[in-house]
Amino acid sequence: MKTKLLATIGVIAVAAAALTGCSAGTAAKTEASCTNKIVNKTAPQVTVWAWYPAFEEVVDLFNKTHEDVQVCWTNAGQGNDEYTKFSTAIESKSGAPDVVMLESEVLSSFTIRKALVDLTEFGANDVKANYTEGSWKDASSGDSVYAIPVDGGPMGMLYRKDLFDKYSIPVPTTWAEFETAAQTLKTAGSDGVLVNFPTNGRAFNQALFAQAGSVPFVYDSTSPTDVGIAVNDQGSKDVLNYWNGLVQKGLVTTDDAFTADYNTSLVDGTYAVYLAAAWGPGYLQGLSDADADAVWRVAPLPQWDAANPVQVNWGGSTFAVTSQATDKKLAAEVAIGIFGTDEAWKIGVEKGALFPSYTPMLDSDYFTNLEYPFFGGQQINKEVFLNAAAGYTGATFSPFQNYAYDQLTEELYSMVQGEQDGSKALDDLQASLVKYATEQGFTVAK
Amino acid sequence: MALTTAANAKKALSPPRRAPRRTGIDRMDRKRQRWGWLFVAPFGVVFLTFLVAPLAYAFWMSLQTNTLATGTTFTGLANYVKAFSDPIFLGGLGRVGQFALIMIPAQMIVALVAALVLDNLSTALSKFSRLMIFVPYAIPVVIGALMWGFLYSPRFGPATDIFGLIGLAAPDFLAKGSIFASLVNIVTWQWAGYYMIIIYAALRGIDPAIYEAARLDGANGRQIALRVKVPMISSSMVMVLIFSLIGTLQFFTEPQVLRAVAQGAIPVSYTPNMYAYSLAFSYSQFNYASAISFSLGIVVFIGSYLFLFVTRKQSGLK
Repeated sequence: MKTKLLATIGVIAVAAAALTGCSAGTAAKTEASCTNKIVNKTAPQVTVWAWYPAFEEVVDLFNKTHEDVQVCWTNAGQGNDEYTKFSTAIESKSGAPDVVMLESEVLSSFTIRKALVDLTEFGANDVKANYTEGSWKDASSGDSVYAIPVDGGPMGMLYRKDLFDKYSIPVPTTWAEFETAAQTLKTAGSDGVLVNFPTNGRAFNQALFAQAGSVPFVYDSTSPTDVGIAVNDQGSKDVLNYWNGLVQKGLVTTDDAFTADYNTSLVDGTYAVYLAAAWGPGYLQGLSDADADAVWRVAPLPQWDAANPVQVNWGGSTFAVTSQATDKKLAAEVAIGIFGTDEAWKIGVEKGALFPSYTPMLDSDYFTNLEYPFFGGQQINKEVFLNAAAGYTGATFSPFQNYAYDQLTEELYSMVQGEQDGSKALDDLQASLVKYATEQGFTVAK
Repeated sequence: MALTTAANAKKALSPPRRAPRRTGIDRMDRKRQRWGWLFVAPFGVVFLTFLVAPLAYAFWMSLQTNTLATGTTFTGLANYVKAFSDPIFLGGLGRVGQFALIMIPAQMIVALVAALVLDNLSTALSKFSRLMIFVPYAIPVVIGALMWGFLYSPRFGPATDIFGLIGLAAPDFLAKGSIFASLVNIVTWQWAGYYMIIIYAALRGIDPAIYEAARLDGANGRQIALRVKVPMISSSMVMVLIFSLIGTLQFFTEPQVLRAVAQGAIPVSYTPNMYAYSLAFSYSQFNYASAISFSLGIVVFIGSYLFLFVTRKQSGLK
């Protein structure tokens, strides 16, 4: 009787252990979770999280050409979705991949949590010459290199040539002309608007400020407790008040970006202009319900001062090696190598519509002269984006960028609701960021 | 039977006879208890592993403070002091309080009216209606909220067309001023059917002879419903109220899902639960997020307790 009972308890204990053991097993890295096929089954594997379009072909190419290492790729979500998972994995000290795709704007948010490995000891500086100066600066902090740049987001203006022709609007080169164009479109009685100004534009809004010389943050991981915050400079205020003017006059809409409504409006002619980064064409081509007659062209981003053009960047991503990587050297090899060849970039450019930070591709005649069928054969790189990229010298982001963007969204929303003007929005933003940084233990320089 | 004997025996025991009797009872007790524990064990393991242990860990985390720049230190209850003086947390509490004031009566009234009407009908249509009213509850909350997100959308939703028929512009359901009502609508749509079933079941439990007696006394249908039926199901009503009160104070899923299409109108800290979520997963402040969660738990506990105390007569818990 007693032994029987003990035996039963034993069985339950084993079952419970198996149950918990099982859940622990799924959290660890298993080969079964790869989205791609592993070519060389005996080689060690490096797990990678990324959401690039057409990335599977890049992974296959890498695996076919490497015998000593294989990439096991998972799409863990786009942008914030992935960061949330990565952040949780850091906190729980397990479950992070070996290599992770991160936009350059979030790098310091993760370096401050010691989640990324300094790649200088794994030969990152050997490939420095292969990347643009701005993108390399974005990926490094002081002498440390925390990621290998992949693509960039120099900005341009994608516009509907058919709509511009219909309402005889000249392509604006300055923001003053841009406002005139918006007014012309409205006066002509168009159903749509010239452009949308999303209050949740985050990096997009920040890029517009950067064009007026805004340097919102000063941060260097060599002195990790010091941060400089200056989001309410006069340049940014002027930019924001300009946009608020357009909003209040009803010349632009303020729909949230990246929703189904917004996506449809982008391609069905509701917005005649898409202020976009170089990855924007790839984004547009992936949307459904497009207007069949749409004729898209690209022009340079309008300027505040046509005589002294300022180029800005929106987005751009990198590959970083996480501190949870089992074999950091191997992981670094993958981070450096996966987009480190012309063949990989040919896929990235043609299928994924990415804009390389990798100079052998960026500077190639092939890329410069590439004609894009989506733009009626326009050589968009030669005409717009290469020039925009050349003018970009890098930016610095805060170690609490997600918070900063959420606050920016709240302030902008309040502004477009007519509750405050652009200057007050940015003053409030400055105050809340300084308060937050102080609470988080930073020494804040204003 | 055996239990009562054992209990009575223990009370009645006199000291000299204590030892021998007790072993006998204890052995029987222990044997029974052993099997009892064994049956509870599977649940117990899951309960301890997935509820008690995480709660204890979260509480331990809430006693520490971690900032981005300075690392983790033990700070005792400092996080709780901060939470209860945090305007964002208090603002969120105020907002769910408003939701409770509007949303709970709305759900209760819809559920009660539907249950009373269905209780009076006994046609095939009533069975069908009962099912239809219940169906929204069978839809997962996330899917329901996503669906409403599309229905509210000016482009994909039907509102533009419907209002267009009478020549009006459709209201923007996702704007700052209307998001509150839009959320109330989603929750009422989803939960009224569930509460209706609870109330309906309670109504079915009433002896029909009582209605007959009331009718003989000259009561009309409305009087029977309000004076006889409603008082007799008050304990179920209190239960429904408690369910919806706790649910509303923990309001999370619907606003979180709808935020994807209305980021301006629904800020990250719209409700206390959303605030805790974004603190933990967007801003990596896991410690303070734990404290916020526990603070919310305390508020929910006190709220429910007070409510049960106030309604102890109606609920039959007295």
